[in-house]
Amino acid sequence: MLYQDTVDTQVLVHKPWFVALIFGIVLATFLMFDLTSTSFGELMRPVIGEPAQSGFFGRFAIALVVAVAFCANVVLIGFAPLKVQVAVVWFELLLLFLAFFQSFKLSLPFILANLPYLITQGVLTTVYVSAVSLFFASLIAIIAAVAKLSSNGFAYAIASFYTSFFRGLPLLMQIYLIYLGLPQLGIVINAIPSGILALSLCIGAYMAEIFRAGILSIDRGQWEASRSMGFGFGLTMRRIILPQALPVIVPPMGNTFIAMLKDSSLVSVLGVWELTFLARTIGQPTFHHMEMLITSSLIYWILSGCLEVAQSWLERHFARSKVR
Amino acid sequence: MNANKVIEAKNVSKWYGTFKVLSDINLTLRKGERIVICGPSGSGKSTLIRCFNRLEAHHDGEISVIGIRLDNKMRNVAEVRKNVGMVFQHFNLFPHMTVLMNCMAGPMWIKGVSEIEAKQKALKFLERVRIPEQANKYPVQLSGGQQQRVAIARSLCMEPAVMLFDEPTSALDPEMVSEVLETMTSLARDGMTMVCVTHEMGFARAAADRVIFMDAGRIVEEAPPNEFFASPQHDRTKLFLSQILSH
Repeated sequence: MLYQDTVDTQVLVHKPWFVALIFGIVLATFLMFDLTSTSFGELMRPVIGEPAQSGFFGRFAIALVVAVAFCANVVLIGFAPLKVQVAVVWFELLLLFLAFFQSFKLSLPFILANLPYLITQGVLTTVYVSAVSLFFASLIAIIAAVAKLSSNGFAYAIASFYTSFFRGLPLLMQIYLIYLGLPQLGIVINAIPSGILALSLCIGAYMAEIFRAGILSIDRGQWEASRSMGFGFGLTMRRIILPQALPVIVPPMGNTFIAMLKDSSLVSVLGVWELTFLARTIGQPTFHHMEMLITSSLIYWILSGCLEVAQSWLERHFARSKVR
Repeated sequence: MNANKVIEAKNVSKWYGTFKVLSDINLTLRKGERIVICGPSGSGKSTLIRCFNRLEAHHDGEISVIGIRLDNKMRNVAEVRKNVGMVFQHFNLFPHMTVLMNCMAGPMWIKGVSEIEAKQKALKFLERVRIPEQANKYPVQLSGGQQQRVAIARSLCMEPAVMLFDEPTSALDPEMVSEVLETMTSLARDGMTMVCVTHEMGFARAAADRVIFMDAGRIVEEAPPNEFFASPQHDRTKLFLSQILSH
């Protein structure tokens, strides 16, 4: 939460000037577009008559109705308690997006027919690849972060070269390098393991920086207290520093994990049957591209939603020792 | 090597770059002795005390603690640290652990004491610093004075041969200073060997066997407290005392 002053002010959306401003903006915006030929026009038929012949009157009537509805909506939401506000706004935005997708005239039966396979094969592979990469990436990140903080020249050089290389090269290239490049050295790796390897190395490089920042955020006194009691380096790291760094690390880590979940779609270039690969191959032959791509996008959204929930749960868990 | 000597420093010098923070320090601390180190800020007193458990490395001379020479060998340093308790100006309690766990961690993780035994010991020492009722709280829930007493208990749980106090009351509100000093005085009365960097002259009078005055990295004067306060020998000491005692 931001810092909140202890002065109660009137709700912004209940101030007349603000409502008038919104009203003006919405009205002006909708006047710019001619919506008489869309479903808006059809809805307004009783008022404006034949939409195609209504001219400016039709346009104005539609904009007016939209503006009034929008302002009424905003003012009403302003009366609700916080949680209800959040839920209603979420619901309305979601509805708008679904309406947007609806305008593509997608074939629902096609989606429903292919959804089970998309989930059992695609989602499973995506989750599997992401989860395994996530584990290895975290492992690599901790080691790289410690190496980057160490005073050992070799460790620092190797770790900084690693992070620079894998953050600098496009992930797609890394995937190709591992899948197509390593066989040149006689090392042949299957598609899924090489995808996991590439993802782990790339995300590990990003996460190394997050871990480094987290470790650096801990007061020097914690190290001194721990070492002065005779705790070794590993013990200090494991039991004193990392547990305190985790609350700092969790939000950017959630970010990285969500990014990785979607980056895992790049593994599709290796022919791994994950979500994006399946969405493309199922949609292509029957020209149902959009159906499959939008469905897979929504599935990605749901999956990252799960990660968001996990993140906020972790944040609350770590906030405990900070409460007074 | 006399087994009676807990800390022995011979001709210790230390530099920060070209700046000499410690020069030619000679100091011996025997078992059961309490010394107070005072001096103006920047005189090297904190640096010196931090050399005794090698939170800082000295560059010249020799430091032995409980008969072990402090040098570059990690094994020696670790052995010394196990037997030397340190209390910091900013407490440095582990904020993610309860008070009890702060006290149990050392014995359990370093000495391999069982959880039950560590808990008994922790409760005993929390009793000793008179805050057993706070055992299950987190450090942020305690006042500064309480936190510092927990820090003392945490060190005591390791049953150290000597306790180092690095300005233990400097970060405290005035009314909390006395509760910490009382704890320290009662430790001194029970025969704990102590080195204490502090400006609390009342504590020096009550508990110290010797007071050491440092300036510009040197030990300027070393005397029993009554002598030290009644008839300081050096001008620098007189000036310091007149400033610190004038209000």
